[in-house]
Amino acid sequence: MTLFKLVCIELWKRKSQLITGLLAITLGIAVIVGIQSVAVVSEQNVAKNLDNLGANILILPQAASIDDYYTADIDAPTLPMDYVERILSSTIAGVDNMSPKLTRRIKVKGQTVVLTGILPKSEIASKPLWQSSGLLGKQLTTECSPNQTVNESHGMEDERLQRKAIDTLYSENCLAGSQVAKKLNLSVNNKITILGKSFTVAKILPETGTVDDDRIFANLKDVQNLLKIENQVSAIEIMGCCHAISEGLLSQLRNILPDTRVTSINQIVSTQIETNQLMKKITLVMLIIIFFVGGISIGNFIWANVNERKKEIGILRMIGANHWTIYSLFLYKAVFLGIVGGILGYLLGTLAGVILGPYFAGINVQPVAIYFLYSILLSVIIAIAGSVLPTCLAARIDPHLNLQED
Amino acid sequence: MMIQVEKIFKRYNHNSKTINALDGVSFQINQSDFVTVTGPSGSGKSTLLLSLFGLIRISSGSIQFNDRRIDDLPDRELALIRKKDVGYVLQSFALIPYLTTIQNVMIPLALGRIRKKEQFDRASEILEYVGLSDRMDHLPGELSAGQQQRVAIARAIVHHPKVILADEPTGNLDPFLSVEILEFLKKINEENKITVMMVTHSPVAAQYGTVKLHLQNGKIMNNNR
Repeated sequence: MTLFKLVCIELWKRKSQLITGLLAITLGIAVIVGIQSVAVVSEQNVAKNLDNLGANILILPQAASIDDYYTADIDAPTLPMDYVERILSSTIAGVDNMSPKLTRRIKVKGQTVVLTGILPKSEIASKPLWQSSGLLGKQLTTECSPNQTVNESHGMEDERLQRKAIDTLYSENCLAGSQVAKKLNLSVNNKITILGKSFTVAKILPETGTVDDDRIFANLKDVQNLLKIENQVSAIEIMGCCHAISEGLLSQLRNILPDTRVTSINQIVSTQIETNQLMKKITLVMLIIIFFVGGISIGNFIWANVNERKKEIGILRMIGANHWTIYSLFLYKAVFLGIVGGILGYLLGTLAGVILGPYFAGINVQPVAIYFLYSILLSVIIAIAGSVLPTCLAARIDPHLNLQED
Repeated sequence: MMIQVEKIFKRYNHNSKTINALDGVSFQINQSDFVTVTGPSGSGKSTLLLSLFGLIRISSGSIQFNDRRIDDLPDRELALIRKKDVGYVLQSFALIPYLTTIQNVMIPLALGRIRKKEQFDRASEILEYVGLSDRMDHLPGELSAGQQQRVAIARAIVHHPKVILADEPTGNLDPFLSVEILEFLKKINEENKITVMMVTHSPVAAQYGTVKLHLQNGKIMNNNR
């Protein structure tokens, strides 16, 4: 006979109480796991939508203004291409993607258009709207947002050829924004002469509602050569992790690029930060509510158990059990209920998320393995927290009052 | 001298009146004494019994056990003394209802952190001694009143205490079973030299005492050693 065995026997002999206690904690944990499992997928979806907002940091030459960036004036200042390397070789965390570009207004077929030189992979990675239209089958892995798989085939007639063209953007190819294509009456595979060099239109870009619709994109190196601005760019667009931005990414960038103007695109950043904070707050509020509800449920169960076992506590005190023995008796029970409740709660919550997620929220919920450990830990903490007060009161029960009952 | 009680008082406040449950009680008990405590209801018999080893805290006075003052010890140390040196037998048997006979008897040994095998061996031996070796796996509810009281006695002696405190041990038993239990207590007292202090209403039970205390209104009216 051990104290633990005494607890086990008591639990087993009073099955209805065991079921009630387990039910309280299991349901509490199941709700947390279910909500968290759905929240994780929701956060992924939100993060994906936030990424669709595109780059959120701009690095411009010190003398340049935001207007220069958008108007692409002919003599707008530039900055060295080496700055990209400088960022890459630094230890700054939170830079998901960089897209250097050189932009100038030029005349094509008598019309004024904006020619933009890009590094294709970087540019497309920072333009999720382009990706979702099937431009590139690149899987983004970012530090702040969950993995997301980009739709690879949507809208492409010959996906392999198209992707190859855009992934590398051969020297003789260009991409045309939707408005430019209309203005110049361009379609795929048309020839177009830009600053004396012939390009083939590899792709008409989908309408994005941004300045990109009015641009023609070509390989950065070619554009630098054509404009005779070698190893210079107009701006470096960065997709920064919004956590990192709020934690000082901008000042870190300013430190390593002191002669530049580093600015965030406020609307995008604030949307990202606010959305992330909202998601976190909702999850935290749910956790707090369930912590208290679960703790009170377990406390109520242990309290009822203490009341029912007052005489038994008196007997144990009489034959030599001290306060700690009585504490242990109820805490063992709380830990046992916590562990079993945590396991059952995880299984029930995960199952509920997997079954109900697609039905109610239209999202596919996957079991999160680490929640198994968290469920048990949280469940044990809730069970112990809920048991502390009734257990203390149990240990202080005056034994003779109950021994003399009957 | 095993137990020495000097001028102990136990006062309760009830409706702003002070009631003296024990009113200056003094007596001595030697090893192997069989002490009976008699008196009318409310005379303080049970209060006295439960006060000796701290289940009820006295208001004043002193209690010594084996030449050590124990009334002012903290709960932890009093629990240790009860665990090692005291066995209790109550009128209501005070068995844990969901434990079998042998599990009930093993509890004092479990509290003393005795190894499982030794717990089982000693509990089996004691149950055989009280004639319940064929009821080891029965729950208290499956036993007669006399058998339940014998389990309680087995639990009280399994850890070889120096003192057994019995509060109306025959109160719930018929006369035949009462004599059986009293004979048992006498046998334990004589064979094992364990001191017994028994509170009783019964004149028959009172005759078993080698020391007879009579309480009235919380005072010892007669100490017949």
